[in-house]
Amino acid sequence: MSSFTESDPLDTVTWINSFCSLLGHEYFAEVSEEFIEDDFNLTGLQSQVPMYKDALEMILDVEPDSDMDPEPDEEDMDDDEEDVMRDEEGYRIDAHGFRLPRGRSISDQSIIESSAELLYGLIHQRFITSRPGIQQMAEKYEAQHFGHCPRVFCNSTKVLPVGIYDTPGIDTVKLFCSSCMDVYTPPNSRFQSVDGAFFGTTFGCLFFMTFPDFQITPQGDPLNLASTHPIYSNTPYVVLREPATVTRRDSRSSSLTSASAPTVPSVPQIPAEWIPPSNQPTTINGTSTGNLAPGLGPGRIHEPKIYGFRVSERAKTGPRMKWLRMRPVDITELDEVGRLGNDRDEDMGDQDATTIKTGKNGTKTATAGQRKKAAAKSRRNLPAADGANGTGQTAS
Amino acid sequence: MYRSQFISSRGNEYFCDIDEDYLTDRFNLTGLNADVQYYQHALDLVTDVFDVECEDEMRDHIEKSARHLYGLVHARFITTTRGLAKMLDKYKKGEFGKCPRVNCGTQHLLPTGMSDVPGTQFVKLFCPKCEDIYNPKSSRHASIDGAYFGTSFANILFQVYPALVPEKTTARYEPKVFGFKMHAAAALQRWQDNKREEMIERLKAQGIDNPFAMDDDGDDEGDLSSGHEPMDIAGADDL
Ligand SMILES: [Zn+2]
Ligand SMILES: [Zn+2]
Repeated sequence: MSSFTESDPLDTVTWINSFCSLLGHEYFAEVSEEFIEDDFNLTGLQSQVPMYKDALEMILDVEPDSDMDPEPDEEDMDDDEEDVMRDEEGYRIDAHGFRLPRGRSISDQSIIESSAELLYGLIHQRFITSRPGIQQMAEKYEAQHFGHCPRVFCNSTKVLPVGIYDTPGIDTVKLFCSSCMDVYTPPNSRFQSVDGAFFGTTFGCLFFMTFPDFQITPQGDPLNLASTHPIYSNTPYVVLREPATVTRRDSRSSSLTSASAPTVPSVPQIPAEWIPPSNQPTTINGTSTGNLAPGLGPGRIHEPKIYGFRVSERAKTGPRMKWLRMRPVDITELDEVGRLGNDRDEDMGDQDATTIKTGKNGTKTATAGQRKKAAAKSRRNLPAADGANGTGQTAS
Repeated sequence: MYRSQFISSRGNEYFCDIDEDYLTDRFNLTGLNADVQYYQHALDLVTDVFDVECEDEMRDHIEKSARHLYGLVHARFITTTRGLAKMLDKYKKGEFGKCPRVNCGTQHLLPTGMSDVPGTQFVKLFCPKCEDIYNPKSSRHASIDGAYFGTSFANILFQVYPALVPEKTTARYEPKVFGFKMHAAAALQRWQDNKREEMIERLKAQGIDNPFAMDDDGDDEGDLSSGHEPMDIAGADDL
């Protein structure tokens, strides 16, 4: 690419540049020519793309006709096609302003153009899961090219473009939010013509596995008034997990560090049952605890109310979807080592042990005890639970 | 006409037209004079009896107050039978937008406040399918005071029209890498599925039917994209 620039400084816009700068193509990374020129990366694409060779040449800006005339030729000039566009020097050009190779018809050209877009998309799907590609997407993510989660309790978490399918032509690009682990339709309709397969199903998840240190929840967003509430900003547990910070801020309140209440005055207190026990692991099931769906859990679930009173679950029109936004206060509940098997029956018979809104204050230790009991019971049940329900746990 | 001008101006699409007789009944405005500056002038403006000659600056103040007053009365009006019917009409037409969540399809939204106290929260959009709240797409809408819609309205609407509660779905996005479910996400989703099953049991005990469509089974694996066997893979350390 650099040699190209040096040899022809006036004509530095490549097909890839122009593709990525089209309206609606803002999510795309610029795949490096190096990546495309490596045949290994193109394995299997030949059969998926019509006029593959021409499409590939177009993407790489390779002139298909090596002895193309230096002057616009006569034959081309009195072309009987009606909607021929020409550049200022009289060469026939396509819709993007690129010169048409001699002897290629407009209809061929348009097939090749759409093939080139398809081919680029499929290569792109692979590129963004490669090291340089995911790096480029990380820069775009940091620069907020993909936008934010529309969910209020995600507090403007940055999102990533993903596909629901890896096969082109099925569905358009979606946005994945790692804070609520859900996918959303892009807000602008111009993305509704972008194929989701060009981003693929793997990229979103792989991204956060590749960059486990990215802090998912953003700093408070001034537009979102909820961010002024401590439980909506950053991670509410930081203060609580690191009593040292609290002590440093206010040395007189050192006695408070063992208590559960945050010491910041004039902000609503976090209810005791939302505070995790102190034994929280830094990683859970291979993911950093702080980055596992930080937008979910108590305080981040919409609570329907009528005149200040919560709408009961028992009401005919009461809430039914809270489970979708739940996350255990005690993250060790998700630690599946030693909890293998189908413990669903266990949980049903022992509801209170795992229900968040158990009691007010004194029940904390009691529930922990029950939970331990439940875990022990489910371990005993292990031989009976054969995983036949298809949830397919990894044997470890 | 103040009201028709107000509801037809850009950015005010979420508001409905408050009935004139509601607006002119002093009982409905009880207590609002404390919240609204230049209350009487604002009320005169809203009810089209404004005839005070004043300077532009003053007029700006009164117009702001009139908007505030309209908003506060609006929050009350939309929980009345007439107001609910007007908002329902807008909801059915999709005038509040559609849920951005992919698994909600194109479920229509309703405006909602997160607080009934003016000046504390901007308006949000409630999705009756996933029961979550979202920020409006447009900044024109995102900067409207949520108290003009209030916390109760959306819930009252479905209490009055229970047949309109959309069917709930257990369908959801499953993060995957090369066709395999991500272990940490899958573990959380299984835990959530258990919470859902517990709720269904509690509802059953109360004589309430399973709210989820029978055909979408939460345990159904691999319904999206890949034909791989559903297996977990561990986190980043294994790649
Ligand atoms: Zn989110
Ligand atoms: Zn929804």
